[in-house]
Amino acid sequence: MNSRIIIVNIIRWVLLLFVQVFLLKNMGFYDLSTPFIYVLFLLLLPFGIPNILLYALAFATGLTLDAFYDTMGVHATACIVLSFVRISFISISLNRDAIDDPEPSLSYMGFQWFSLYAFLCVIAHHLVLFFLETFKVTEIGYTLMRCGLSCIFTLLIILLVEFIFYKRTSR
Amino acid sequence: MRNLWIFISRYNAFFLFIIFFIIGIYLTVKNNAYQRSVTLNSSNEIVGTAYERLNVFKRYLNLGMVNDSLAAENARLKTSLLSLTTVDTSKDVKVIDTLTNQQYTYLAAKVVKNSITLRNNVMTINKGSLDGIKAGMAVIAPQRGIVGLVRDVSEHLATIQSLLHKDTRISVSLKKNNALGSLVWGDGNFDIRKALIKEVPNHIKMNVGDSIITSGFGSFPAGILVGRIIKPKVATNDNFLSGELNLFTDFSTLQYVYVVKDKRAEEQKALESLIKPNE
Repeated sequence: MNSRIIIVNIIRWVLLLFVQVFLLKNMGFYDLSTPFIYVLFLLLLPFGIPNILLYALAFATGLTLDAFYDTMGVHATACIVLSFVRISFISISLNRDAIDDPEPSLSYMGFQWFSLYAFLCVIAHHLVLFFLETFKVTEIGYTLMRCGLSCIFTLLIILLVEFIFYKRTSR
Repeated sequence: MRNLWIFISRYNAFFLFIIFFIIGIYLTVKNNAYQRSVTLNSSNEIVGTAYERLNVFKRYLNLGMVNDSLAAENARLKTSLLSLTTVDTSKDVKVIDTLTNQQYTYLAAKVVKNSITLRNNVMTINKGSLDGIKAGMAVIAPQRGIVGLVRDVSEHLATIQSLLHKDTRISVSLKKNNALGSLVWGDGNFDIRKALIKEVPNHIKMNVGDSIITSGFGSFPAGILVGRIIKPKVATNDNFLSGELNLFTDFSTLQYVYVVKDKRAEEQKALESLIKPNE
């Protein structure tokens, strides 16, 4: 069971990063909307993961993305922020002892909870990402617009992927 | 200590977040040229503003000393002003008359016809004998440089034998040592920006960049800038040096010229005519 989770996550990591780097990196609408689907890997890590391992994985994933995007540290920082939001949201919205689901996916948690969870995590990630990339307060309007549009794009793709791999479970 | 440890481990998510976040920001700023430059610039600006504030404050501390020195300077200036404004009636007053001794007067004229492409170039100006122009007068360019000599005069017009003419020879000298030479044009080159200085004595050293001025021995007043040497030694067949020079006059854009009237020209001519040739 445990090794299965590890293998599934490794496959997911490779697939998502492959799609992100070789497909979505070349996509974009007028430089305004760019999807960052790889955050789905961090969203779907199992509930029981220790915080330090989560941060380490987020940092490593971010650095890998940075290597391809040639923006050393920007994605890593954004992923760290995403992890913090993830930990906070889970600890606030769910009772830690009552969690018996393996991972926070759409199939287990339902549409309402998952969409809010994904929305908060993605918007935190994108805000940090775009502001670190721009590194200016003067272009705040443009940055916010890019951030919002990219958020919508990313969320759409995340929900699409989750619905494709939807497993009906007996809850 | 134990409580602190419990506190940290309880909120480990937050502390780990802070640590990783700082590492991420550090990596971003260190490895991206643009982000690094922005950070450095803004921090420099903050430091600069702080120093500026400090400087304003420091000026206040020195105010007393500055005041004292200003008062001392004021007193010194006032005493010197007093000696200047007091009129000394025992002095003789001399008025220097610059008009009666003035040798040259200048008359502005407009160029109505000009040629620069011929072997011997002549131009026409809109002032003539009614304005007091006589043949042989010198003509100079407005800013600097010389134009030529008046050749024929009618009532309202005059023709000028330009410097760009085979018969024009003008007495010039090197500004640095007054060595004489004569300025000619069209001896081998027909570039309107260049002329030759000839018949400079052999022991004179000419360098690139030496200024050439009129000598004052012809109709031209002494000391008018003519040009600058660009090639000091041009081989000639005689025992004198030659040099090529860049003319200051731009003949192609000449609009106005000054005709130089020499008040003593007649007197000089009359005096010199007393000496018979071969006497």
